[in-house]
Amino acid sequence: MRDSREKASTSGLSARRVFAIARKEFTHVLRDWRSLTLALAIPVMLILLFGYALNLDVKNVPTIVYDASGTPESRDFVRLFGGSTYFTFVDRCDNHRDIARAIDRGRAMVAIVIPTDFAECVNAGRKAEIQVIVDGSDANTGRLVTGYVSAVGLIYYRNLVVKRAEQAGGGAVSMPVSVEHRAWYNPELRSTNNIIPGIIAIVMMVIAAILTSTTVAKEWELGTMEQLISTPVRVQELVVGKLTPFFVIGFLDVTVAVAMGQWIFGVPLRGNAALLFLMAAVFLIGALSTGFMISAMLKTQVLATQIALLSTYLPTLLLSGFVFAIENMPQAIRAITYFVPARYFIAIMRGIYMKGIGLDVMWFNALLLSLWALFMFALANRKLRLKLD
Amino acid sequence: MKTESTDIAVSVSGLTRKFGNFVAVDNVSFDVRKGEIFGFIGPNGAGKSTTIRMLCGLLMPTSGEGRVAGYDISREQEKIKKQIGYMSQKFSLYADLTVEENINFYGGIYGLKASELKARGEWVIEMAGLTDHRRSLTGILSGGWKQRLALGCAILHEPPIIFLDEPTSGVDPISRRAFWDLIYEMSARGVTVFVTTHYMDEAEYCDRIALIYRGLVIALGTPQELKTERMSDEILDVRCENPHDAMDEIEELACVKDVALFGSGLHVVTPDASLAETEVASLLNEKGYGFDAIGRISPSLEDVFVSLIEEADSENDGGGTMREARDA
Repeated sequence: MRDSREKASTSGLSARRVFAIARKEFTHVLRDWRSLTLALAIPVMLILLFGYALNLDVKNVPTIVYDASGTPESRDFVRLFGGSTYFTFVDRCDNHRDIARAIDRGRAMVAIVIPTDFAECVNAGRKAEIQVIVDGSDANTGRLVTGYVSAVGLIYYRNLVVKRAEQAGGGAVSMPVSVEHRAWYNPELRSTNNIIPGIIAIVMMVIAAILTSTTVAKEWELGTMEQLISTPVRVQELVVGKLTPFFVIGFLDVTVAVAMGQWIFGVPLRGNAALLFLMAAVFLIGALSTGFMISAMLKTQVLATQIALLSTYLPTLLLSGFVFAIENMPQAIRAITYFVPARYFIAIMRGIYMKGIGLDVMWFNALLLSLWALFMFALANRKLRLKLD
Repeated sequence: MKTESTDIAVSVSGLTRKFGNFVAVDNVSFDVRKGEIFGFIGPNGAGKSTTIRMLCGLLMPTSGEGRVAGYDISREQEKIKKQIGYMSQKFSLYADLTVEENINFYGGIYGLKASELKARGEWVIEMAGLTDHRRSLTGILSGGWKQRLALGCAILHEPPIIFLDEPTSGVDPISRRAFWDLIYEMSARGVTVFVTTHYMDEAEYCDRIALIYRGLVIALGTPQELKTERMSDEILDVRCENPHDAMDEIEELACVKDVALFGSGLHVVTPDASLAETEVASLLNEKGYGFDAIGRISPSLEDVFVSLIEEADSENDGGGTMREARDA
């Protein structure tokens, strides 16, 4: 034993060992097309898939009209729908059976039925009842469409009142109260703006956990772990060394994801990019440690990967506020979301992306995210045992 | 504290390891002197690997004590790991890394400086005969190459004690011989070599051997000692026609303990060689087996082990396991 070696190994983490492990792990990934695909191609595919498919906006809803009134008044009313981008007329008909058939076959999602006495009611100042039939099998779209139809009805009503008042009083009249909508941070209410930050979180969580889920198990399965633990290598050195390459890969993924959001999906990044990447690094450490811990505990690759996928993907997708707003969840489920780390990360990402806010507002989310990452890292160290049993 | 045992590299007393109800290593005690080639011989499942893993600090003993390089195997594993090189039974280098990458990895793990690593790495490549394959992926190398490279990686840091767990299993005879030359070389430089094997010819190469069977050390000594002192029975070498048929008949004789096919003849185990010699000869004549020669021979290690294992089995009221042990 020479002195230099003695010193290097007694003072905590040996940089030489960490470097040796990180370099070896990098080589493994670069030589294995499966892990390369998982590390680089899958994230891009997932972002494209989610970005295009998971569009929660409703536009050009196929609409069928049954105008039983057939008067100038009813045509005015129908024209209002045609003028909006939300509805596209696919057909007209003159009975309810045709409506049922069109909705059954999916040709139309909405049917607007104007009763025979529409013009009479309007002109007599009585209540005119419009029937709107919505295909409720797609609840989300159905709900949105119902809202749109009501809005159109209100516009028609307003126009009518104003016209009447003008005819009666002569001069120009305005409504006593007028509601003007303005959606802050996302003026067009594009769901993509909301989705892209969420996708980045999901992709990072899942990919990071799966990437590291095999790293320890594989060595146990191949028998290389037994050789490795006969050396003076320490737990922390193995954890840091093995996580480093995946951290670099994960960070590359985040960069690609942010770039794709910017240039493919046109999602503007309003806030501080440095803060975004810092928070992403914290989140990444937690996610990588989660996969590592699972790998160290289970010692078999197939099982570890499945558990990593299940334990990260579903909670992150369903309980992080990515698709379903946490505020709308039942109390019990809402309590569970506090244990879904992506919840904090998504809140931070949306804050940075859309509101351009910083830690002064989001410090609590950032604190919880950091605590989680620290906890998982500590757990990864604890669960890696350099012993046989 | 180590004044009395300065020439002892490995010392074990009452070492026991249980897996549930199964006792893999049962109250084992022995000492290994510095610079010695110590062979741990026994059939598969006898407890060789379990013992070696405990000595390397990879596995905790259930009870008993052990010291390696003066350090306690239950408490000072980190210190032990700096003093040893270990080569596990399974090939344990990274198949998707090249020869050089494997060497560099283990060099880094053992904390070698760049200059040391360069020199030692070259030594390993030369020793393993991999000069033309330094950039080949390790997975495509033949068994002998892999095994020498694995040894090289395990001793990059020049440890004073080396543990080799069945290093030559699955390797061709030429490579096995070359591997043992390496072991001799290291032993000559004062390195202690602790090696397990189930090849009897390799047992002969060791300075001292311990025979382990069913978790128990049933014999310990130099190969010569075991052959002369531990063998109370004598061996007759019988060269006859149809040895396979003759074997059953000879086994019936009262003065014969055991008969085994050995090469083209038979080895007859007997407490009294001169008596057995005449009785076997008359039996073969009577039954019409022609024979070339019957003669007393000094027992081989294999004879010794088979007879010791049989003894152990009869003490344990077990039969039948002897043949399994010999096949293994």
